Order: sequence, then C-alpha cells, then structure tokens
Amino acid sequence: MSMNTQGRPTGVGTAGTSASGSALLPDEPLLFEIGDNEHSGVDLPDVDLATDRLGGFARKSKLDLAGLTEPEAMRHYVRLSRLNHSIDSGMYPLGSCTMKHNPRLNEKMARLPGFADIHPLQPVSTVQGALELMNQLSHWLMTLTNTAAVALSPKAGAHGELLGMMAIKAAQEAKGEAHRKIVLVPESAHGTNPATAAFLGYSVKPIPARDDGTVDVQAVKNALSSDVAAIMLTNPNTCGLFEPQVIEIAQAVHDAGAFFYCDGANFNAIMGVVRPGDLGIDAMHINLHKTFSTPHGGGGPGAGPVVLSEALAPFAPVPFVRKGKDGLEMVEHIEGEALGRVTAFHGQMGMYVRALTYMLSHGADGLAQAAEDAVLNANYVKAKLEHLFSVPFPDYPTMHEALFDDSFLKGTDISTLDFAKALIDEGFHPMTMYFPLVVHGAMLIEPTESESKQTLDHFCEVMAELANDAKAGNKERFTGAPMKAPRRRLDETRAARQPILKWERPADLPKAAE
Amino acid sequence: MTTKFTPDHEYIRIEGTTGVVGITNYAQEQLGDIVFVELPSVGKVLKKGDEAAVVESVKAASEIYAPVSGTVTEVNDALTGEPGLVNNDPENGGWMFKIAIDDAGELDKLLDDAGYADLTK
Amino acid sequence: MRYLPHSDHERAEMLGVIGASDIDALFSAVPKSALKNFELDLPDHSPEFLVEAHMRALANQNHAAGDGPFFVGAGAYRHHVPATVDHLIQRSEWLTAYTPYQPEISQGTLQMLFEFQTQVAKITGMDVANASLYDGSTGTAEAVLMARRLTRRNKVVLSGGLHPHYRDVVRAYLKDDPHLECLSPSPEGQGDILDHIDADTAAIVIQTPDFYGHLRNVEAAAKAAHDQGALLIVVITEVVSLGLLEAPGALGADIVVAEGQSIGNALNFGGPYLGLMATKKEFIRQMPGRLCGETVDADGNRGFVLTLSTREQHIRREKATSNICTNSGLCALAFSIHMGLLGEAGFVRLARLNHFNAIRLANALDGVPGVTVLNKTFFNEMTIRVTQPATALVERLAQRGILAGVPASRLLPGDPEVENLIILAATELTTEGDIAALCAALTEELA
Repeated sequence: MSMNTQGRPTGVGTAGTSASGSALLPDEPLLFEIGDNEHSGVDLPDVDLATDRLGGFARKSKLDLAGLTEPEAMRHYVRLSRLNHSIDSGMYPLGSCTMKHNPRLNEKMARLPGFADIHPLQPVSTVQGALELMNQLSHWLMTLTNTAAVALSPKAGAHGELLGMMAIKAAQEAKGEAHRKIVLVPESAHGTNPATAAFLGYSVKPIPARDDGTVDVQAVKNALSSDVAAIMLTNPNTCGLFEPQVIEIAQAVHDAGAFFYCDGANFNAIMGVVRPGDLGIDAMHINLHKTFSTPHGGGGPGAGPVVLSEALAPFAPVPFVRKGKDGLEMVEHIEGEALGRVTAFHGQMGMYVRALTYMLSHGADGLAQAAEDAVLNANYVKAKLEHLFSVPFPDYPTMHEALFDDSFLKGTDISTLDFAKALIDEGFHPMTMYFPLVVHGAMLIEPTESESKQTLDHFCEVMAELANDAKAGNKERFTGAPMKAPRRRLDETRAARQPILKWERPADLPKAAE
Repeated sequence: MTTKFTPDHEYIRIEGTTGVVGITNYAQEQLGDIVFVELPSVGKVLKKGDEAAVVESVKAASEIYAPVSGTVTEVNDALTGEPGLVNNDPENGGWMFKIAIDDAGELDKLLDDAGYADLTK
Repeated sequence: MRYLPHSDHERAEMLGVIGASDIDALFSAVPKSALKNFELDLPDHSPEFLVEAHMRALANQNHAAGDGPFFVGAGAYRHHVPATVDHLIQRSEWLTAYTPYQPEISQGTLQMLFEFQTQVAKITGMDVANASLYDGSTGTAEAVLMARRLTRRNKVVLSGGLHPHYRDVVRAYLKDDPHLECLSPSPEGQGDILDHIDADTAAIVIQTPDFYGHLRNVEAAAKAAHDQGALLIVVITEVVSLGLLEAPGALGADIVVAEGQSIGNALNFGGPYLGLMATKKEFIRQMPGRLCGETVDADGNRGFVLTLSTREQHIRREKATSNICTNSGLCALAFSIHMGLLGEAGFVRLARLNHFNAIRLANALDGVPGVTVLNKTFFNEMTIRVTQPATALVERLAQRGILAGVPASRLLPGDPEVENLIILAATELTTEGDIAALCAALTEELA
C-alpha cells in the first residue's frame, strides 16, 4: 500500500484561493504546510536538564511536528471551522442522529473548575459535589425510565450497549444458563446491535420486519427457545415507529428465560411521556448526546449510561456511587459475578454535567414537551410531504422521525444519494440515507424539537420543490450536486484504493526551517 | 474449458482438476468500485459454501463463497495492489483464487451459462 | 420553555395540518397503560440562573486541582491548556457539527482529523493513526483484540506495570478468557514479561512510563515478542512523555495505544478523554475506529473523507472489527489545536519542563524521613514507599489542602505489597512552593 508517495492529488493549497468560489471561504492549507518545527504558540521556559532520569531511553528519532503562533493557529482553525455545517448554522434533518440545539449554559457549567479541574483519583472526600452530581443524574435517568439501577460509565451508546449485553451474559451465566448462545435482532436494527452481540460470542438470529415496519410478536415467539439469551430491540424503532406489541414481546422474552435489551437511541421521542421500565425492558443505553443534548462535537465524545432492571442490577459494573457513613462513596471494586470495569475512571463526567444541566433546565414538564414537539415536528413534515414522497409504513403515526422511500424517484434516474446531496445546495444537511436497510432507498428525516415551524415550512418547501424538479427530469441539479459547497463530491474509491492517511513531506518541499 | 456459476454470482472456470474462482461481471456491476479484496491463504481447505474471500466496495463488504469443496492452490496477488481488476476484467485478470477440486460431482449442481443468464435476466 | 420554539398556537395549527385531534393521537401506538400513566418525582423547568446556582453549589463542594498543591496522576494529568484551545473548540462549527459523513460540508472536521492522525503518527513513530477512540483503557482492549485477529493466536500477556484500570478493562472485554495472563503488579519496575512469551502468544502489553512511573525497555520487549511471532502493544498514559522519550515505533512496537488527555483536555474527573491508536501500515485493515483519508473532489481539488469504513459496524454489522461507532472528535480537536500551538519546539520544552519538575520532586522527597523513592527512572511520575498505610496518609494531607498523589491500593485493594505506596506526578504546573509544602506536610505526618 502506498501512503503518500504517489504524489499529491493537487498542489499545496495557497491561502486566499478558494475552490468553493466564495471570498469568505478560502481554502486552508494543512497545518504542516503552514507551520514548521520552530514556530510555537506556547511560551515555556527552557530548563537545564544536565542530568536526567530517563535511563538511556531519551528520544533520538525526529518528531517533525509543525507549530503555529497563536494568531496563525486562530486563523487556521477558524478558517477550517467555516467549512463545516453545524446545528447552530442550519438544520440537520438526520434521522436516528437527533441533532438538536446545544444550550450554552451546559458548556459553561462543564467548565466550572469544581467539575473540569478535578482528578478522578483524588480522595473521595474532596469530590463530594461530583459524586452528588452523579447521584442526581442517576436519579433522573432511573426516574424517567422507571428502572432499578444505572451504570453511568460507558463512553458512548455502542459502549453502553456492550455493557448492557455483558450484564445480560453475566446474568445468564449466574442462572446456570451459559448455554444460551443466540441473540434475536430485528432486521431493521442499528448496525451496532449485531456487532455487539457477535463481539460477545453470540450468534445473531434476525427477526424479519412486518410489512407495516414493526416487529411481530409471533415472529419473536417463533424464534424464542431455551438457547436464546436476549432480544435486542430498538423502541421507538429505526423506522421511527413505536413498537405497538412491545409489552407482549417483553412478556414472551421473559417467559422464555431471556432478557430484553432495548436500544435507547430513540429515547428522546418518549422521554417524560413513556417509561421504558413500564414496557418490560431489562437494560437500555441512553445516548446523552442525543437525548440530553451534549454536543456532537464532529463525532464525539458521547456518553452512554445504561439503565438496568431489578434482575440485572446486581451485574452492574464498577464504579458506582452509594451513600456511606461519611457521605457519598465511590465503589470501585467488587468481587463476584459483576462484570468489573468497562473503562478507566468513572466515565464521561463532562457529559454528566451537561446532561444534568439540560435536565434541570427542562424539568420533567419540559422534557415531556420536548418529546412531544419532536413527534409533532416529524408528523408535520410527514403530513406536508406525503403527497410528493412515498411513505413505506403509513399505518401508524410516526414518532420523532419521518421515513420515506425512493419510489417517488422511479424513472428519474436520480438516486436517493443524489437527491440528498441536492439539499446541501439549499443550505440543509442531507437527511439520513439508506437506513434503515429494510426500506429501499430510505430517507429518514428527524427534525427534532429544536426546529421552529418557520424552519420546518421552509424545509418542506425546499423538499417539495426538489421532488417536483426531480420528477420533471432536471437531472443535473441532482447528479452534479452539491455545486455550492466548499467541495464537490469526493472520490471515495480513490481514497479507499490507495489510502493516504497522513501528511508526508513531498520530496520537493524542504523543511521550512532549513 | 467450462465455466460454471453459483446463484451467489461466483464463477468457477474448470481447468483440469483445478477451478479458477472469481465473481461475475454482473456481480461487479452490482457492487460498484471494488477497493479491496481479502484473499484466502494458499493451502486453506474449503468446504462448498465456506466463506473464501471478501470483496469490499466503498460502502459494502461481500463474502465470496467456495463454489465447490477443495484446497486453495494459488491466489491472485495482483488484486492486492489493483483491486479494480475485479471491475475491469472480472473473469480474467480479476480472478481471485484457484482451488483443487475434491469432488467433480459438485460441479454438476452449479449453473451453466444459460442457467446463470436466466438468473440475472 | 426557552429551548422550544413553538407557541401553543403554532402547536395547534400544526396538529391541524397533520389532522390529529391532540398530541396524544400521535402516540396512539403506545399501549394505553404506559402512556403518561405516572407522576415523576422530578422538578419542573427552571430559569437559567437557578440551574446555574444549583450546579455551582455542587461544583463548590469539590476541591479543584488549582486550589492547592497537586500531585495526582496515575493515568490522568493536570497540564495547562492554552485559552485559545477552549475558545476554538466552543465555536459553533466545531462544537455542534455532526460526524463528517457528508464530506462536502465537513471539510473542516475532516482536514483536522487528517492533521490529527499525522500528529499522532509522528509522536508515536508509527505509520498510521486512527481518528481516535474513547480513551486509553478501551483502546488497550481494542488493541488486544486487534492483535488476536492479526496473529490468529489467543494468548495475551499484560505487564504488571500496566495501569490496573486498563488491565481490568481488558479483563472485562475478554471475560473468563483462559488465554489472558495478567502479571502481578510490579511497583519496583521489575519485569518478567519476556519469560511469558511463547509460540501461542498473540501479543504482550507493556506500559511506559509504567503505572509506577518506571521507564520500560520497549526495544527488548519488541525483540522478544517478534522472536516468537507475537506483537508488541505499547501503552502510554502520559502522552507528554513522547516529547522526551524515544518513540515506540522507532523501537519496534506494533501497536501503540495512548491516553491523549494531557494535551488539550482538562481532567474532567475522568472523562471525556481521548484514545490514541497507531500501528504499522500493513495492519490498517484490522485497526478499529474511524480513519480519515485524502482524495480529490469532482473538480480535482484536494479534499478529505472518512475511508475504509467497511471495517466498521454500520457496514459489516456482526463482522465489524469492533462495535464502536464514535471517536472522541472534540477531544481530538482540542489535542490537535494544542499540539499545533506547541509545535515541535513547544512539545519538547513541555516534556523537558515536566521532567525537570519531577526530578525536583524526587530529590525533595528523597530528603523526607520515612519516604523512599522507588524509581531509578521516571518521566514525570514516581512511586514512594512511606512508613504508614498510604490511604489514610493521603486523606490527612488532603484535609491540609494538599492532594498528594494516588495511594496504589486505591486501584489494587487488598494487596499488602502496595499498601504503603503513593504514586505522585509533577507537571509544568508544579511549583517549588508546592513541593516544599508537600515535603513539609509529609515530614510532619510521618514524624
């Protein structure tokens, strides 16, 4: 494989020229093309290390890092930032991703020195406020879900899912039922579900979707046996529908001696309105970044606390907080069947602060209102667009997402991808495409509760206009899109066939310092 | 020289007691640009239907199954540097591996030219 | 409610467009018994100033690192983060952007990740780095699984110098796996891992500087592992050390995992942190996590995309290299900006200053009666043996306003060998006054 020796695809960019054609969006060269190994934006004293304690392991190889002074760095990262779409600048109708407003109070609170500048291993007596915060967050999560316990530490949704399934595995083993090696996963599931089950050594048995987009309790019953450890079910499901038979499914799963793992990715649609514990779930992760609006940050960090039923509570991992005789204690070790530790330290404290701030701001009434508004907005988009787009599952009102398929594009020679890319030229992020997999050419739209009626009306007008244009045969608008973004479509085949994964100094570009 | 096909779009070109395996032109069109091919190791013993190789396009990964039982005798190392051969020349330069056929009888159960053409109509 | 744009009038109008009588009609698929059939023991919405007061009250109950002399490390380190870093990562376009799956409108994040991958590859001396993982501990577990896939062998040996939490995470990921060998804690820097490598070994995992601060011989470990066809995984919890210590890649490491928190990221009571992973180019396809690569757009202009994504769960589902579906994007950004500000000159100076202060600390501790410094070698962290159980001593020092380090028994409870050990770190923020205050207090407490 060639890393970057095949020559650069284009010459080194020059600040000030713009591929996007916008004077305010100049192309920005790479850090390594503008910085060098002498510039630095940090003033540090140089010290005399006449003797060291490195035992002969001192660095001999070159670092070759690039540095920038503060004004240069500011400009580099501000210019780069402007090549990004963001919630603050425009809508993300991204189904299953829940791109809602990120209140800035949350950021301010997370930066209080009493939260940001405390060490996970300083004496527990010196961090009682942090433990109390974890306690309060746990109370909110358990109350909203009506569950018996919560494990806060998972680093993200998929990590929480892993932990939840580990707890189920440990519980089955404790029951003497380690032979249960099958996990049921509906076909419409998020890809992490089968990946998690397989990771833990389970074989995955898919449950086919019904024509109406929901899971059939009879299909689950047929698949259940004494070899099934658990079902992994997303509710509301990935088609944006609430599973109407979820209570019967939970009952059947429990009757068969299996556990019900609920993928809580879509909890934002029902928070304060439905408690998953009332539906019979045993474990559910909650994506704090989706439901409780910790910022997405261009791809993390997330946080994925897992609520657990009475049956699974004994299998929670460390650490957890409990009341002791001298205040709150952090339990960091327990012997026995519990599954130990899934991350160093105590999880995503910075996200706990943001999520609790968000919860306190909304209150129970505000969270329920947010869920209802999210559902209202999705149904509104669906109602405004269903005469032009094709709805694969019209039988139920949708929850927080409106799902369309690509049959409205039949005969136009325009793909779902082309259609979505055309949205970019209208100032919107594309909707989720080709997911869930059970729908052909799926377009999954999640407005979230943060969008005003005015924005939704504008979005629907744009969508309608695009649909009409597609049907009228104006193909170029779609297949060539986007035209107005900082970049046109990128050559992903080239990127994958000859991966260039880091910058390497071109042979004709000497080190700036030399 | 005879070529047989599986319903999963693998072909096997029979050269004496050896079969040359790859994916059909129809399959490569469906998959789009191939960016990586994971080949079996030489000497690997495969049963008919075993996962033998994986082809990856930008957005999908697809398993290639052994059309018959046998032992891998040679793999097409050219695909490592140039996976696009599977797109450009699937049935010649884009072959994936050669297999010493255990039981020629298994070939009878595969599709012939006409049968495969029917399948992809 | 200040975050919800609709007025009641608008809500009614929208329900009219939908043709629903009321909002509950949209929840008709929910079983009646489960819909709003409860009272929640939670408060109602609250104005910003009251929420802030509530949170400040909690924060004020904590002793912040900046409140007094501070020597706590053991896998998370207090360093100065330039104001520019925190300002920039709070810009809307970084903070509130989604994962860059639509590259045309995500070039900022993507170019940053490409620069980040380059920085990580350079400091570790490896061919390639991914776009980050959750943290160092989960990264270590992922590296172990990766090594098993690469070698198709099962046995994995963890050094006694590996951070005990990292060891515990690997144990949880490999629950009950008889092929996992965890060597006894080695507070004196003793190492016998080389004797545990055999022809079934997929990988050995060593940490340097190790949990107790000792520097380990990466080159010897690499040679011993490679002689048996095994891989060497090197774990680094203090990434600043790479400014002064030889890159593991130059010494033969196959996979390097590091906790990147020290650069650009606050202590945050343990998270969010930043997992770094780097490897050799021939192992890329078995490396978990997102990768950003360079390509061109339809007009031939340079651009960046997430690539090799077929390794990931959303495509491979049950055949993915890992179930993870996120990186630590914003933490990686903070790392990359801080590293960009430091540059080579600043990064080396930062490392030298850390080592310099640690030497001062070691020399001062050596002079305290009842204290023995166990380290011959260290970077910015060391272990001392005291004449009393460490936990109570550290607690008493905390009551005096000095956060004196981590009692080893906090992470290794019940092990009498470590009961009197404290692990202490010095960074660029450690002053002579801090060291003097610590030593004076220790002298009194141990008298």
